[in-house]
Amino acid sequence: MTMSRTLMTASAIALLAGMATAQDSVTVGIQLEPPNLDPTGGAAQAIDSVLYSNVFEGLTRFMADGSVVPGLAESWTISDDGLVYTFSLRAGVTFHDGTTMDAEDVKFSLDRARAEDSTNAQKGLFAGITDVTVVDPLTVQVTLGAPNGMFLFNMAWGDAVIVAPESIADIASNPVGTGAFSFANWVQGDRIELTRNDAYWGEAPALASATFRFIADPTAAFAAVMAEDVDVFVGFPAPENLPQFEADPRFQVLVGNTEGETILAMNNKMEPFDNILVRQAVSLAIDRQAIIDGAMFGLGTPIGTHFAPHNPDYVDLTGNSPYDPDRARALLAEAGFPDGFATTLKLPPPSYARRGGEIIASQLRAIGIEAEISNLEWAQWLEEAFGAKDFGMTIVSHTEPMDIGIYANPDYYFQYDNPAFQQLMTDLNLTTDPAMRSEMLKQAQTIISEDYVNGYLFELAVPTVAKAGLQGLWLNQPTAAVDLTGVSWAG
Amino acid sequence: MRMPRSLIIGAILSLLVMAGALLSFVWTPYDIEVLDVAGKLQTPSAAHWLGTDHFGRDILSMIMMGARTSIAVALLAVGIGMALGVPLGLWAAARRGSLLDEVIMRGNDLVFAFPSLVIAILITAVFGASAVNAIVAIGIFNIPVFARLTRGAALSLWERDYILAARVAGNSAFRISWEHVLPNLTNLLIVQGTIQFSLGILAEAALSYIGLGAQPPVASWGRMLADAQTLVSIAPHVALVPGLTIVLSVLGLNLMGDGLRDLLDPRIRVARS
Amino acid sequence: MIRYVLARFASLILSLIVASLVIFAVIEIIPGDPAAFMLGVNARPDTIAALRTEMGLDASVPARYLSWVTGMMQGDFGQSYTYRTPVAGMIADRVWVSLPLALYALILSTLIAFPAGIYAASRRGRPGDMAVMGATQLGVAIPNFWFAMLLVLVFAINLRWFSAGGFPGWDRGFWGGVKALTLPAIALALPQAAILARVMRSSLLDMLGEDFVRTARAKGLSRRQALWRHALRNAMIPVLTIIGLQFSFLLAGGIIIEQVFFLPGLGRLIFQAISSRDLIVVESVVMLLVFAVIVVNFAVDLAYALVDPRLRTKQ
Repeated sequence: MTMSRTLMTASAIALLAGMATAQDSVTVGIQLEPPNLDPTGGAAQAIDSVLYSNVFEGLTRFMADGSVVPGLAESWTISDDGLVYTFSLRAGVTFHDGTTMDAEDVKFSLDRARAEDSTNAQKGLFAGITDVTVVDPLTVQVTLGAPNGMFLFNMAWGDAVIVAPESIADIASNPVGTGAFSFANWVQGDRIELTRNDAYWGEAPALASATFRFIADPTAAFAAVMAEDVDVFVGFPAPENLPQFEADPRFQVLVGNTEGETILAMNNKMEPFDNILVRQAVSLAIDRQAIIDGAMFGLGTPIGTHFAPHNPDYVDLTGNSPYDPDRARALLAEAGFPDGFATTLKLPPPSYARRGGEIIASQLRAIGIEAEISNLEWAQWLEEAFGAKDFGMTIVSHTEPMDIGIYANPDYYFQYDNPAFQQLMTDLNLTTDPAMRSEMLKQAQTIISEDYVNGYLFELAVPTVAKAGLQGLWLNQPTAAVDLTGVSWAG
Repeated sequence: MRMPRSLIIGAILSLLVMAGALLSFVWTPYDIEVLDVAGKLQTPSAAHWLGTDHFGRDILSMIMMGARTSIAVALLAVGIGMALGVPLGLWAAARRGSLLDEVIMRGNDLVFAFPSLVIAILITAVFGASAVNAIVAIGIFNIPVFARLTRGAALSLWERDYILAARVAGNSAFRISWEHVLPNLTNLLIVQGTIQFSLGILAEAALSYIGLGAQPPVASWGRMLADAQTLVSIAPHVALVPGLTIVLSVLGLNLMGDGLRDLLDPRIRVARS
Repeated sequence: MIRYVLARFASLILSLIVASLVIFAVIEIIPGDPAAFMLGVNARPDTIAALRTEMGLDASVPARYLSWVTGMMQGDFGQSYTYRTPVAGMIADRVWVSLPLALYALILSTLIAFPAGIYAASRRGRPGDMAVMGATQLGVAIPNFWFAMLLVLVFAINLRWFSAGGFPGWDRGFWGGVKALTLPAIALALPQAAILARVMRSSLLDMLGEDFVRTARAKGLSRRQALWRHALRNAMIPVLTIIGLQFSFLLAGGIIIEQVFFLPGLGRLIFQAISSRDLIVVESVVMLLVFAVIVVNFAVDLAYALVDPRLRTKQ
């Protein structure tokens, strides 16, 4: 009896002690660990999750609601022909190593990203830049080859953050940026630690330090939150556990949206998916709600085209592909496959793909299509499905914002080749007038929906589970980020 | 001769599992390829004796189909181990002391040295995750077990008088191994085979658990456990049932193996790795 | 004796060479281009090619093998593709999780198994023996990852005595690290303890039937004295062998357990490295594990020879 009472007292003290020091620091759990700390050198989303807006900043930046606001560029002017952007940079900004941030650094960053041997994963964002000129230490001029309505939006991406030549050599392991937090430590396989930057140019963050912990396994994530080993988990991978957290007064659950269109991609150049009737049949054979319920336990918004439903220009085209297995069978017969056919379904690791894949395979079997499931790791998926285009169908979520332009690339892995659509995209890129852009975006969505290019499943939701007292967390993920600058503990 | 109690209990458990597997070829309570997401995670009831899983599939049906997978993989893996390991062991014993013997023994040690799980992961990474590759991966590590066992037992048999007589009579080593040594090893092989079979079931469960065994829609106990992990606090039966099935199957086979050993020849020393 | 040691040593070197060849050969065939994986879904072919050259993936196969082996002998395990840091450093960090875990599990397993095995041997045929034997039968049949799941459910989620996993690092305190490794060690140890207990028991029983023990009893020693003074020492030989083998298994077999408890150890490193096609890391870690096993086997063989003089003269 005495033993357990002592144990209880000890743990109570420990709990209180833990709480006392938790008020100005936070432990964030995320699924994936960044392979390195250079957001401009590789594609891993995890790099941005840790560093975007915390350690690194760009000319512009995303806010929680997806809007693009000034970042290191205080203001800018655009020439009438839309080709020359003149950025006025903020004064008095320093990097974490003490060196000043000025126009030379901006030129360095942009030139480095668009160089021949650059390993920047989003080189395309910079491809339109023809020249970067330093006018004076706080003014830099960027000239484009053709007008681009998305340029300011593009400069807010994590791949476009501003870096310094003085610290570029070991940026992958010791990132030096201008953000509100500076990099402190990386225990590989376990965590990354950040501390408050007291020389930050903007409003000081409420948190004095932050630790990111990497927990890929859904069970481990659940256990970590329950055991209060982490204060918040962004992108909680086991939606089935959310009701438990919602019922527990210790926690709050936020379910936001992302830019992730989850699609059942079909290889448009491979038989029989080159036949629009077959693609339509597949689209009608799948029951989106069953997939959302079974794979994501109800989280996710159905989509009828490749566009985010929370975007004002979204058109609800789900009516083009309702759940209708009978009509699907009829379409298959009309296409010349009365007895169905066999094909491959290659699935990357995330549970929306693995679980969703099992459900879809079962739904397709009901209309006669035998889909052989292959569970692949990301590297294999990249090689087989994405690179070699050796697949019949696959499921993946495209998380880059405003990426409907991928349908204009006939070499993209699902190989959709429609010259009319390609022309539309070219025109769109040259258009800056918002009303016209809106019209063209709606038209684009309709074309790819009526062509049944892919099976449009749902927009990925991002569940965040946090301790009840934590405030200021982003609800949505307009870009991959865990922005801690506005996060604080209540009371 | 009195049947050892362990043999009886073990046989009952093992036969129960086998029966479930065999029955699944003609009938299961429900079709596991038809998903009923709306009916997911039901607790055991009259309609579903062991409840349903996260896709609404009947767990009893999944267990029966999973039994097929476990038994097939473990059995074939033992087959590979015996088919390749026994001849190697016999050969090494026949040529005892020679370079061949040395090579075979060193080869055995080498395979024993490799961490089997890592090699299994590598094999499935190269050739893809599937039941077949799981069989190969597990089978490879059965070979040195049978080789070492066979060699050890054969060596002591070679000392026997009637073998010496056969040698003097001019019979070739091959013929002696085949006609005289091997038949005397049968009991040993049966017992060891049973043990390796149970180990194979555990290995298949482990490989399926990390996703490297049979792929959906083929059912597998290990994968059922992996799927159930995040659900264990909401619907414990989904995690408990497959786990208990594995435990009972392995237990049954081990008891049967021990019982067989006691029955056939208590002097047999069985290798447990 | 010298001949025996030299022979075993030669065999050790040979095993290592063959192992390195096999490992290198197997890994060269794994499909998946590390450069493409690192740069992601939207990356362009020219950036991928640039990265391939930077990482030396274009050199010939024999050249890469030789540079790998010579590097390892100097302690240089190369540079990880994904983390861009020396592999030796990564291994060193993680060894300090996997090695203590294996040792902890070994200690636990021995602490449980020895008393259980001795007790069962001394109570042979009676209910005490049957109870222990029944428990070990159960212990051997339980998959350790399922047991780990149950442990987490009971002790971490419900009782909150332990954290559900993770490792704070030895620099944050010795006992904190030990606490984090406790549930994983128990999960690993239990099936091994069951096996060890049975070996202990059967080995002791064999010894108890041996001539020298009968002699001891004839001399008037009680059964217990015979057990402790003579049988036990000789029974240790096969037990030591099993412990040596177990250590290797625990070191490598902790892979799944490390996944369940998200421990930053060698096992998880292998998984992550294979998923991201980080070839150098996979090669080096597997080689290290094989090396450890071969060396431990060698040490056990030597210890065997020291303890059992019969082995030194006969081959």
